[in-house]
Amino acid sequence: MSAAPVGARIEWRVAKVLEVVPETPRTRTLLFDVPGWPGHRAGQHVDVRLTAEDGYQTERSYSIASAPKDPKLALTVERLDDGEVSPYLTDELHPGDVLELRGPIGGYFVWEITTGGPLFLVGGGSGIVPLMAMIRHRHSSLAAENGEARKKLRTRLLYSSRGWDEVIYRDELAALAGKDPTLEVIHTLTRSAPPDWKGFRRRIDRAMLAETAWPADESPRVFVCGPTPLVESVAGTMVDLGHPPALVKTERFGPTGSPT
Amino acid sequence: MTPISRGFRGRRQPEGAAAKLPPGQYETRDFPVLSAGPTPRTPLSVWDLTLRGTDGQTARWTWDEFVALPREKITVDIHCVTKWSKFGTSWEGITIDTLIAAAGARGVKTASYVLARSDGGYTTNVPLADLTNGKAWIAFNYGESPLAPEHGGPARLLVPHLYFWKSAKWVRELRFMETDAPGFWESLGYHNYGDPWREQRYAGDE
Repeated sequence: MSAAPVGARIEWRVAKVLEVVPETPRTRTLLFDVPGWPGHRAGQHVDVRLTAEDGYQTERSYSIASAPKDPKLALTVERLDDGEVSPYLTDELHPGDVLELRGPIGGYFVWEITTGGPLFLVGGGSGIVPLMAMIRHRHSSLAAENGEARKKLRTRLLYSSRGWDEVIYRDELAALAGKDPTLEVIHTLTRSAPPDWKGFRRRIDRAMLAETAWPADESPRVFVCGPTPLVESVAGTMVDLGHPPALVKTERFGPTGSPT
Repeated sequence: MTPISRGFRGRRQPEGAAAKLPPGQYETRDFPVLSAGPTPRTPLSVWDLTLRGTDGQTARWTWDEFVALPREKITVDIHCVTKWSKFGTSWEGITIDTLIAAAGARGVKTASYVLARSDGGYTTNVPLADLTNGKAWIAFNYGESPLAPEHGGPARLLVPHLYFWKSAKWVRELRFMETDAPGFWESLGYHNYGDPWREQRYAGDE
């Protein structure tokens, strides 16, 4: 990546929508052309700013879904019914439209090939987005590598969705895991499941983490992203299972659903 | 030139709320949680708070000693760099002025900058002038209840006039420094000072 000079202002840039890809009934991926984009690391996010005709502006943050080397910057947005910005992004925005964004932002919830592995990723709902950037980054960076290099960066994704139709990137994840034995994708469905479903059928709990996580003595890099209750519970349980807190990185999104 | 987002109307804040919102922020009624890692859980029996002078001199309070200090009730608006603001949050805590005065009596000398250090290793830097004269507290109650661990309990720094990452959760030490030194987020691309009214979110913002 080409990094911006340290301390340089992260400028607002005009991004043009190239493509809108439906992912699930509630989510869309927006693919952008961003002239001057300085590059990003997997796990980082951008700020998006919308401006109404009367000059009213509002901003939100969205995780980047694309790998650093992908030609287009991708954001995957979940429609929140009472949201001010997400329904506009998922329902109104069309190819050719522009909006302002600035980034990349965040230097902690980040994984690069050089960070090493193994990698244990835990996502809930649209919390998959920054984890997908890591999976895509791993895939494109390992394209020419042998089995040994892949094994060092062996990766498990534990992904909690409400139902099979709400699994974001479902086909792409299946395709990537299908051709790479060092990438395992484990789904759990919390509200509804197809009749022939044989996978996990509950919220992520201690037993599920004990069964699916790389053992603590393999020092996995752990990234957890999702709604706050999921992140609180998973991160706390990983520490209980013996993983050092410094290797458990979290990203949460609201609303919390409770005022505590 | 700022492009207009075709078809975007947005949700205008009522006049009163709009005046209380720094640029780029929106009001939330929830209390979102943002932390970089697992929530530390330190039993009150081993919890302590230390103020550390530039020469290494310290003043230390156990939990019982700390909550016995004169306390204040505070109602303030808070602003998170991730864009949400929450109006009228009520806390109970001890002013940094009170802590500094008590530490001064034990020989702890202040300096122009402070580094707050928390359980879990989190740090953040704040100029001393932003912590004194009734501008900052170490808070341990939220509303009428003990501050929940995910929100920084048992006690967190509360510096409401700066972005909320400066209000370090799980705080255990305030260290006085002659020269400024960046904390955790300040080393990872966020602004060194973080004034929401000047929208100082990231390094390089004026």
